[in-house]
Amino acid sequence: MAQASSETGTVSGAKTQFGYRRHADQDRAAGDMAEHPVVVVGAGPVGLSLAVDLAQRGQQVVLLDDADRIGEGSRAICFSKRSLEYWDRLGVGDRMVDKGVVWSVGRIFHGPSELYQFNLLPEQGHKRPAFINLQQFYAEAYLVDRVEQLPAISLRWRNKVTALEQRNDGVLVSIATPEGSYQLLAAYVVACDGARSSLRRMVGAEFAGQVFEDQFLIADVKMTAEFPTERWFWFDPPFHAGRSALLHKQPNDIWRIDLQLRPDADPVAEKRPENVRPRIARMLGHDKFEFEWISLYKFQCRRMDKFIHGRVIFAGDAAHQVSPFGARGANSGLEDAENLAWKLDRVLRRQSPADLLDSYHIERSAAADENIRESTRSTDFMAPNTAQEARLRKAVLALASETEFGKRMVNGGRLSVPTVYDSPLSTPDSDAWRGGPRPGTSMYDAPIDGGYLTDAFNAHGKRFTWLAFGDGSTGEPPEGVGTIRIGEGGLADAEKLARSRYDAEPGTAYLLRPDGYVAARFRHPTPALLDAALSRAAGVN
Amino acid sequence: MALSTSSNFAKPDDAFRAIVEAHRGLSDAQSADLDAALVLILANHIGDIAVLREAVALAKRRVIDLQQQQQQQQQ
Repeated sequence: MAQASSETGTVSGAKTQFGYRRHADQDRAAGDMAEHPVVVVGAGPVGLSLAVDLAQRGQQVVLLDDADRIGEGSRAICFSKRSLEYWDRLGVGDRMVDKGVVWSVGRIFHGPSELYQFNLLPEQGHKRPAFINLQQFYAEAYLVDRVEQLPAISLRWRNKVTALEQRNDGVLVSIATPEGSYQLLAAYVVACDGARSSLRRMVGAEFAGQVFEDQFLIADVKMTAEFPTERWFWFDPPFHAGRSALLHKQPNDIWRIDLQLRPDADPVAEKRPENVRPRIARMLGHDKFEFEWISLYKFQCRRMDKFIHGRVIFAGDAAHQVSPFGARGANSGLEDAENLAWKLDRVLRRQSPADLLDSYHIERSAAADENIRESTRSTDFMAPNTAQEARLRKAVLALASETEFGKRMVNGGRLSVPTVYDSPLSTPDSDAWRGGPRPGTSMYDAPIDGGYLTDAFNAHGKRFTWLAFGDGSTGEPPEGVGTIRIGEGGLADAEKLARSRYDAEPGTAYLLRPDGYVAARFRHPTPALLDAALSRAAGVN
Repeated sequence: MALSTSSNFAKPDDAFRAIVEAHRGLSDAQSADLDAALVLILANHIGDIAVLREAVALAKRRVIDLQQQQQQQQQ
């Protein structure tokens, strides 16, 4: 189905096949194993991004993967603005966006008619769009290319972790390879090994949650079509009565089609191309398409109780799983990576105490709860559990055609936005604000000086950054803290969008964390206020 | 308590009557559909999640109390 070529190891132009290579660590005598600060397990989007982030911060990273190729199929396809801004920081944003299909509009249909449309990014002045659609294998291939530019990362394919032993000062990692097994000592292990994480089992963690009975069929088809690059979602369409359907464009004339099936549908039969074809033909009104990938899935919403087990830290699907409606899986995993990278870097450099890592669990488990809540609500709306739930949904859909509130209650997936953290690292507001990102919020973008604020943040080193508006009366920040000055004597804010998005007055300043979240903000900052906010955000008490 | 439970209508009978009459001539299924739409419309009009939650709790307590009474009578 997929245009895979095992000889060249590429899929649709992206390199996906890699080779096992023996590493000198494997030749060390037993009892004299190599020691590494960080071992990341799992070279998916989360593990690859985390490795790049840590390496850019100057850490040596060992990245292990039990396979030697990038997984087949499109899988995750929607990458959020937040993820693209993160990938900009990792040096791969342009490649992703150049290849991806940019979109921000979604349409919801009920039966044969359109109920409403929404725009996820209705305003101008942002470097990145609300979303791009890009097959996961492209994202992974571009990240692998980036990894290969960074000598600080040792990426080892067909290196399967078989055991973990926690010690006081690290983790003893046992690894199986085609040439036998070896061991490593790691100060920290980060498990990015996916929903079926074997490391989660090794630490003995539970992974309980809600199981959804409905089955969904994904068919990625190749066809030439004139549909706009929008997300189309149907409730009870004429071509798929009583169920929901989704149509979404990917690069290379590939279209993602997602059809809800009955809970009792036979998964083996439903997956056969000869059975999928008539369903898709009914939807499209023709059968001039080829299958790229077919997958049938059920899903669970669940998360680990604790994302940190001793010196083993969990991120992405290994730590939490959501329903796919809302693009909250891969995007939240990337947010995990960015949240963790700077903290782990500071802890390894002994700039912050190890309990800074606790804030990773606090912030990202709250985000996982939010993502689970949002995606569960979407799923329940698509597949009502009881007759009364179905009746309420029917009422909402009926009201939506003539009322605004009804439209807004229709839940065809609430798409991923970064969670606002209620965090011990944040300094609560003490001044009066009418808007702007409050502490714990991901920074807002705005056009400045012919570029964008997110670019300026990247250029200042992705470290703690003092974002100051106005005349410079805010004084010089401490060493190691970057400064972005906007307005008088600084970067031009010609459209005044930065000022308005940050509710800034002359003298206003924000303290941004190395992951671009707001740590604190002040109308009248002083060196003492900044120092206190900085210590708090770095977990230094 | 954000939910008002004092009598708000000058003529409460008119309000009760308006709802009762809306159900006249409907099947049980149609009545249930009507109630569902009515609840959503009124909830949105109130537009206050705290009031809505209190209203849900009050209504649900009646259902559960009634259920317990019936169970006791059966015993």
